[in-house]
Amino acid sequence: MTQLTHLHRLEAESIHILREVAAEAEKPVMLYSVGKDSAVMLHLAKKAFYPSTPPFPLMHVDTTWKFKAMYELREKAALDAGMELIVHQNPEAKEKGINPFDHGSVHTDMWKTEGLKQALNIHGFDAAFGGARRDEEKSRAKERVFSFRGENHRWDPKSQRPELWNLYNSRKSKNESIRVFPISNWTELDIWQYIHLENIEIVPLYMSEKRPTVMRDGMLLMVDDERFPLNDGEKPEMKSIRFRTLGCYPLTGAVESAATTLPEIIQEMLLTTTSERQGRAIDHDQAASMEKKKQEGYF
Amino acid sequence: MNDPIYKTEDLIAKDIDAYLELHRHKSMLRFITCGSVDDGKSTLIGRLLYDSKMIFEDQLETLEYDSKKVGTQGQEIDFALLVDGLAAEREQGITIDVAYRFFATEKRKYIVADTPGHEQYTRNMVTGASTADLAIILIDARKAILTQTRRHSYLAHLIGIKNIVLAVNKMDLIDYNQAQYDKIVSDYSEFAQQIGIKNFTPIPLSGLKGDNIASKSDAMPWYDGVSLIDHLDDLQISSETNQSSDFRMAVQWVNRPNLDFRGFSGQIAKGTIVAGDAVRILPSGKTTIIDKIITMDGDLEVAHKGQSVTITLRDEIDCSRGDVIVAAHNPPEVADRFESTLVWMAEEAMMPGRAYQMKIGTQLVSAIVQSPKYQINVNSHEHMAAKTLELNNIGVCEISTDKRITFEPYSDNRAMGGFILIDRITNATVAAGMIHFALRRSQNVHWQAIDIDRKAHAALKNQKPRTLWFTGLSGSGKSTIANLVEKKLHALGKHSYLLDGDNVRHGLNKDLGFTDADRIENIRRISEVANLMTDAGLIILTAFISPFRAEREMARNLMQDGEFIEIHVNTPLEIAEQRDVKGLYKKARSGELKNFTGIDSPYEAPENAEITVDTTTMSAEEAADTIVNYVLG
Repeated sequence: MTQLTHLHRLEAESIHILREVAAEAEKPVMLYSVGKDSAVMLHLAKKAFYPSTPPFPLMHVDTTWKFKAMYELREKAALDAGMELIVHQNPEAKEKGINPFDHGSVHTDMWKTEGLKQALNIHGFDAAFGGARRDEEKSRAKERVFSFRGENHRWDPKSQRPELWNLYNSRKSKNESIRVFPISNWTELDIWQYIHLENIEIVPLYMSEKRPTVMRDGMLLMVDDERFPLNDGEKPEMKSIRFRTLGCYPLTGAVESAATTLPEIIQEMLLTTTSERQGRAIDHDQAASMEKKKQEGYF
Repeated sequence: MNDPIYKTEDLIAKDIDAYLELHRHKSMLRFITCGSVDDGKSTLIGRLLYDSKMIFEDQLETLEYDSKKVGTQGQEIDFALLVDGLAAEREQGITIDVAYRFFATEKRKYIVADTPGHEQYTRNMVTGASTADLAIILIDARKAILTQTRRHSYLAHLIGIKNIVLAVNKMDLIDYNQAQYDKIVSDYSEFAQQIGIKNFTPIPLSGLKGDNIASKSDAMPWYDGVSLIDHLDDLQISSETNQSSDFRMAVQWVNRPNLDFRGFSGQIAKGTIVAGDAVRILPSGKTTIIDKIITMDGDLEVAHKGQSVTITLRDEIDCSRGDVIVAAHNPPEVADRFESTLVWMAEEAMMPGRAYQMKIGTQLVSAIVQSPKYQINVNSHEHMAAKTLELNNIGVCEISTDKRITFEPYSDNRAMGGFILIDRITNATVAAGMIHFALRRSQNVHWQAIDIDRKAHAALKNQKPRTLWFTGLSGSGKSTIANLVEKKLHALGKHSYLLDGDNVRHGLNKDLGFTDADRIENIRRISEVANLMTDAGLIILTAFISPFRAEREMARNLMQDGEFIEIHVNTPLEIAEQRDVKGLYKKARSGELKNFTGIDSPYEAPENAEITVDTTTMSAEEAADTIVNYVLG
């Protein structure tokens, strides 16, 4: 018998999960954040349903503070896939002008956590695919592929359903919704290797290029547009930088790098000793911060 | 860390393309680690991640900080903290859920299901084991084989894991003592055999010190096996290669982008498929031919177990989610009543007779579970009587479904024999099940009230139905007398039938031997047959030694009052042995024949037989007349 490689096995497992949800959920949606994990998840969805178009829309819970390059790819990716793209921006956050420079963690709470809950409620989606992976962070390691959220979208780590074999129980009560993580078992290296092998389009920001930067609080930030308020004495400096993870540009730290191709990125990733999420400001507070955020409804 | 398996770092730096080429061809192995905090399980996993460079610098900093704050290793790194994920657990110092970890070596990518060891987490272990190819059973070298070791091994075996590693951990704490290790291995070996584990690989190691993890330890020169990682890397995953590999794929989703295309999407559960193969759709049984195997990367010539594909069929036939596409020859069974093992996973106990949702493959049906035939003690493996199953209980139950489902026994095919039960109200997954076999149609039929009853049958024959139960030692003359009785009854126009011991053992009971248990079963079956024939209005003659009073009583109790006539053919042992028509006593005396009644197996003479025939004072002919008179009188 031919032995499938680990990437083949991961791909087949993810496709199986995507199809189970499409078959059993009433109104599924794919949360699309434009990052590399979303890119892989979208690619897997195309494969799962080929020659059909994936039978659900893409949804981006937008903060208005993403990198320009991300907005560009977002439109193109949806168009290429032939899928409907829903963009949701929390109107309350918009009205109050919530931004990462002035509002700290409220920015994430309102745009992302609240924004996501609103979007799911407004459209009545009962199952939402997300691109989280178990190797990202310790509390993720214990999350199920099918993660049930109560009325307030809260995650209760103690009452997770056992997942046996490849049998997923997608039955839910009236006010429950499901977050489904089809790439749970992929590692960061798997994601990069798969992007490389399958030639998946990703945001160019992952590749190194000369970009305007400032150093602030130990983080190398990119001045992506004119909304970036410069402090006294701060002057954007052109540096060869790239991003290991993408979010809101004022919250996402870059690394100086000469890696301009995928193999070089992978090489750099494998030789580097700093884990992926360190580039994100959100996790630094405390050891259990991610777990808390998830209990509150953060994806 | 200069261990050979992690040399890839040089390759990454020098030739990333070559490294990527190597990585892309890696296979995957999923394993489960079983043990408790005390066995050093989290430490072992932490060590595997640490040694394979799966810990980044910032994580390491947090780890070092946490180790000093809450660690149990003083100033040293507490690897356990790496993997004890949820805040609640970290405070309690126990792992309460299944966590999945990842690491890779030069040869393989690994997914580790890390599960807690206490009995109250049986369901978590079963969950983790359900996707594992291998189990690592951890034992603390300072201790003996504990109850929990037995439980973990039993559960791993129950879930069908064929590859078992016995990791004797904390060897550093017993000064790497070989004798103590050998004792544990030999004790385990004895136990493993008892529960049916055919083989296992013992490895002495220390998760804390890293002995025999990534490379062979200098501290144990007496150990001639390989390190844990080498064992995992080189293991041939024995998937279900012994079983027939006929194609099976459950249809997940019908792919209909337009009116001209109709494809069936699913993940191949078993076997291989080639365009042009003949297939059968179950449960309908309709046959057709595979037209194409479609993927986004182009049509495939051939697809194998594990792949997710979309196939098209030559003919337009009904096929939808829940149907199973299988090789046309040798299809799996379709049935609606099964014997299964159930692992109960909900706080609320099982309710026999209640309808649960059952998901098996992509089939979702309604299923009723009967009271357990027995519950299995996960620690002692004894069968115990039970009326229900509670959280973490394991039992064997009959299950009936409202629709016929396509399945294969779990031992042959995990994907088509494993199922979950879902509570219809709470929607919780309440049980995991493994099908043993379908129950036969005969057992499938409920007892029917019949209009033409025993009396009616007998009236037509103008006789009273009777069972003439002859009992006595071998060679006492039972068959001879019974034969004569039947001839006389026949001559009188009576409808009769003679069930003879030797004849029945050639057919109905040819699977039974002569142990006490088999003798009991032999008589039980004959009693049932006699009862059915009596019900049919016949006069039945049975000629069996039937040595035990209890079984003759059981037969009597099956019949109506007065129908059962026990006839003791009373021939003393010496005389029966003198006659020895079949030469059996001689064989028994010489020890050639075991469990022979009267010699080395007891005969319990009847206390209140209806008729006693003394063959030392009465001829066979006289005895037969006595009996016929009694029956017709």
